[in-house]
Amino acid sequence: MSQINRLVGGQVDRDQTLNFTFDGKPYQGHAGDTLASALLANGVRLMARSFKYHRPRGVLTAGSEEPNAMFELRDGARREPNTRATTSELFDGLIAKSQNKIGSLSFDFMAINDQFSNFLTAGFYYKTFMWPAAFWEKVYEPIIRRAAGLGSISLQDDPDDYDRGFLHCDLLIIGAGPAGLAAALTAGRAGAQVILADEDFTLGGRLNSERLNFADQSGSDWAVQTLAELVGLPNVRVMARTTVLGAFDHGIYGALERVSDHLLQPAPGKPRQMLWRIYAKGSLLCAGATERPIAFENNDRPGIMLAGAMRSYANRWAVTPANEVAVFTNNDDGHRTATDLHAKGVSIAAVIDIRPDAPQSQHYEVIAGGQVINSRGRLGLKSIDIALPGGDIRRLSCGALGVSGGWNPNVHLTSHHRGRPEWMPKIAAFGPPAEGPAGLRIAGAAKGDLSTAGALRGGAEQAHGWLKDLGFTPTTLDLPETEDAHISITPFWAVKGCKRAWLDQQNDVTVKDVELAHKENFISVEHLKRYTTLGMATDQGKTSNMGGLAIMAELTGKAIPEVGTTIFRPPYTPTAIGAFAGRDQGKKFRPTRRTPSHVWAEEQGAVFVEVGMWLRAQWFPKEGETDWRQSVAREVLATRKSVGICDVTTLGKIDVQGADAAIFLNKIYCNGFAKLAIGKTRYGLMLREDGIAMDDGTAARLAADHFVVTTTTANAVSVFRHMEFARQCLWPNLDVQLISTTEAWAQYAVAGPNARQLLQKVVDPEFDLSNDSFPFMACANITVCGGLRARLFRISFSGELAYEIAVPTPYGDAMIRRLMQAGIEFDATPYGTEALGVMRIEKGHAAGSELNGTTTALNLGMARMVSKAKDSIGSTLSERSGLNGEDALKLVGLRPVNFSDPIPAGSHLMRKGDPVDAAHDQGYVTSACFSPNLGHAIALALVTSGDSRMGEILRLVSPLTGFDHDVEVVSAHFIDPEGERLRA
Amino acid sequence: MHDLTANTALGGAAPRVDHHGPVILSEEPGFALASVSARRDRQRATVLAIRRMIGPSAPKTGHWAGDRVTAFCTGPEQWILAAPYDSEEFLFERAKREVKGNASVTEQTGAWCTFDLRGTDLAAVMERLCPINMASFKAGSAIRSSIDHLSCFVLCRTKNHISIFGPRSSAVSLHHSLLTAIQAAF
Repeated sequence: MSQINRLVGGQVDRDQTLNFTFDGKPYQGHAGDTLASALLANGVRLMARSFKYHRPRGVLTAGSEEPNAMFELRDGARREPNTRATTSELFDGLIAKSQNKIGSLSFDFMAINDQFSNFLTAGFYYKTFMWPAAFWEKVYEPIIRRAAGLGSISLQDDPDDYDRGFLHCDLLIIGAGPAGLAAALTAGRAGAQVILADEDFTLGGRLNSERLNFADQSGSDWAVQTLAELVGLPNVRVMARTTVLGAFDHGIYGALERVSDHLLQPAPGKPRQMLWRIYAKGSLLCAGATERPIAFENNDRPGIMLAGAMRSYANRWAVTPANEVAVFTNNDDGHRTATDLHAKGVSIAAVIDIRPDAPQSQHYEVIAGGQVINSRGRLGLKSIDIALPGGDIRRLSCGALGVSGGWNPNVHLTSHHRGRPEWMPKIAAFGPPAEGPAGLRIAGAAKGDLSTAGALRGGAEQAHGWLKDLGFTPTTLDLPETEDAHISITPFWAVKGCKRAWLDQQNDVTVKDVELAHKENFISVEHLKRYTTLGMATDQGKTSNMGGLAIMAELTGKAIPEVGTTIFRPPYTPTAIGAFAGRDQGKKFRPTRRTPSHVWAEEQGAVFVEVGMWLRAQWFPKEGETDWRQSVAREVLATRKSVGICDVTTLGKIDVQGADAAIFLNKIYCNGFAKLAIGKTRYGLMLREDGIAMDDGTAARLAADHFVVTTTTANAVSVFRHMEFARQCLWPNLDVQLISTTEAWAQYAVAGPNARQLLQKVVDPEFDLSNDSFPFMACANITVCGGLRARLFRISFSGELAYEIAVPTPYGDAMIRRLMQAGIEFDATPYGTEALGVMRIEKGHAAGSELNGTTTALNLGMARMVSKAKDSIGSTLSERSGLNGEDALKLVGLRPVNFSDPIPAGSHLMRKGDPVDAAHDQGYVTSACFSPNLGHAIALALVTSGDSRMGEILRLVSPLTGFDHDVEVVSAHFIDPEGERLRA
Repeated sequence: MHDLTANTALGGAAPRVDHHGPVILSEEPGFALASVSARRDRQRATVLAIRRMIGPSAPKTGHWAGDRVTAFCTGPEQWILAAPYDSEEFLFERAKREVKGNASVTEQTGAWCTFDLRGTDLAAVMERLCPINMASFKAGSAIRSSIDHLSCFVLCRTKNHISIFGPRSSAVSLHHSLLTAIQAAF
């Protein structure tokens, strides 16, 4: 089929023919077409099936307010449902499919619903499916879910990228119609930073849809000329295909740019869509207005559309929906459609104007005082029935009907801060609220100025005002003379007595549904919306809300403003979730952190684990090892036997300097630090203000006024934040400076009996590592490998003779290689976080599983660390009686009575013979592992009065898994309880 | 002289350079860095010390200054000094000497990775990365901003040259973000 409904003129590029398919059938259109205009050009009126009744539907509008013509666009993973044909730019290779049907579009089996419309009225699902109750989950709900919705998603990962960005401007102008262009020109010439954003791909708004004279040129030519000047101004950013979707706080707007939606697929590296955050000093809403329909019986047939849309198709896209059209209107604007289409050679069957004094035409018949009361045509309009002023009914053949019930200002963004639209009697519509978002002003049709000259004038004036407020010196724009007609409108919402007259075509809400809502007392606009679903779904009621409110007003005997209106929320038009996610998806959801030894660890085949954002080596499998526990056991045994090396860079490091650094740490830690000698390191415990343990680590004193604090990996950021809060807010008079050095130093634990010998090979000889010169808990600035500055700490997490050596991070990779090379003679073994965990459990060191946000120093066996000789954060509240009872939990060790039994972490402990319930709970396992040194499972546990229950046999239970066996309470120190190894 | 070889933040032996469209993205490992934070009531003396190191004025909030040795403001009474690593490896020690106890100095050389963007219309890249107002981001500006969740310092060297300092451990992620933005922009 060729483009049988293509007219002359228009703004499509006839030199570029584009091929596309609809439901598998090939068609052609031109560059500049939308999918809707191209289908109409090809004589396709039937485009969709309605949501509930599966009624045949065609296109109603020519913009983003479209409720009917929605498609599944593209195929495969890129298939996107519910895409509006009216905003989908045609491209070569476009694949469009109709949706919400069983069978074909022209023969939809689900159309049977229309025969049962009496049962499917508003809220029918609240009243039906009540019996039998057991049917709900298995029968009714699946059926309803199957029937609900329109299109379907591909269920495949979206192959495209989405992006986001940030823009700043003096003036954001939303909408590039006559008001927006005049505003942008005023602001652009004044030198302001301007962003002009419009959702359309061809800017100009209604100037492209009308036949208007702008002095000696057409309105669309003026738009082209104005845009050319704007694009040439370096201070103006013109953003087509960009919908400003929300007004947020402090002059921030969200805008979606459809970067690649007009292409078969995005160019390499380019996003499909971009979500912009726009920071605007001032903003001007020039979003125009949306035409509204008039409700009459069967007003939803394909071919019945808004009169303004019919004009857009004719003037911009050179398309008519049919060879013979009629217009039904209550205002002068409807007559424009007939005039314009007649000028394009389309036969005008008649203009039916409800006003008895409607203007007449010499070119076509005008039925003044008439009303369209019904329509006919199964899959597309064939004729309409007209009630003539004298009472007779006349049937008129036509293939399309343009309907104009007046225009509603697009005030949506003005409601985003809960402003409620206000009634404007002059245009019989809701206009912007008195108090919208701060900094958002309105011009043009969005403000109710429905004439073109009024829009130009309003845009220029509002921009002028903004510029003066922002400190610019604007000049007055020399505006072209153009149409400035007063719009005469007689409010008319629905033909009297109609029932199956559609108000909301997307949700199949009829006049009858509103009447039902009224009968059942859902008369508040909010109840009306939710009971009938009027104004919901993708179009958010842009063409339907007013009709529903007007019907409800009539039923309740109120004026429309008394009934009120619902308000609007972002986004203005449907926005893909992918656009909100932007680049933050999959592995790019958040950044990763790599340790200095990462490349080397990869070379060793390390298995990594995410710890916070860090990627840490979990273990280093060797050939022949088939189970991770084999690797971990090998690493543990090798470390305890000779020496092991572990990257501990991830532990937080905070440089604490200042004359009051010691006083500061004395307040931060619950144990004393004021008297820590230079060159010494001390284990420290931080409490929260409520006395609960917060974090532990070490503080090394490198000078009288210089400490290096270490934190756990997980709490590095929160501890730094906590210390900054204390420094700035609690004790601002202390002379203390903090800076994180976690990233600055690559730090390796070197642990095991041969640790000293290994280190002596890399530490420069002038530094004596002997036990006398560098004893347990010593620290020093040293040099390694012939002069590289380094730090050495003799601290041990494993319980072995151990050191942590730090070098500047750029040398971290070289250092691990050097350590491993130097360790060959000692069979030095790299170990990961699993072996680290095993060794600390064997040693009985508390870690994150024990410092779990519920435990106190007393619970952890560190009560004596909370100094009574000073004040520190949390020390006072740690003395609360509730935290210090006789039956307090205490950290102990556990081992199975039968050594072959495992000890799962999280299991609970019960006395033998007691029932297994919360009332008899004796505690729980916090950390557990298999100890390769002891040859059986071991665990750390918090047990009621645990320190006095050594040797007691308890039941280890897990009601969830059915676990139940005996364990013995033992010391938490399974290895070297006297600490001889670490002091060796 | 020690015999260890430094690697770059991206893990290579040599800095990585990417060309795309009009933009060159280069890893810049050659900086020695040191933080300087004035001690209580010693701001004036600290500013004078920074002047001695970088030139006529210490940069104020939102700015960087200097020539061979530069400084950018990182917070109230806080700066980071930067200088060529080859000649100023011990910048932090020099800074300690200059501040004479009036400020706390910490070596930061290994803490940061640095990427430079060179080319025309860098605003098209930056607006995809962070909320800096590029219209007012002129030579001499230094702003702390979040780039894909990473806290970075962004310095405008010239109209066509921007330096970005980010956390070294996330250099791979930051590089990916920068390259993605460049490819999206051009």
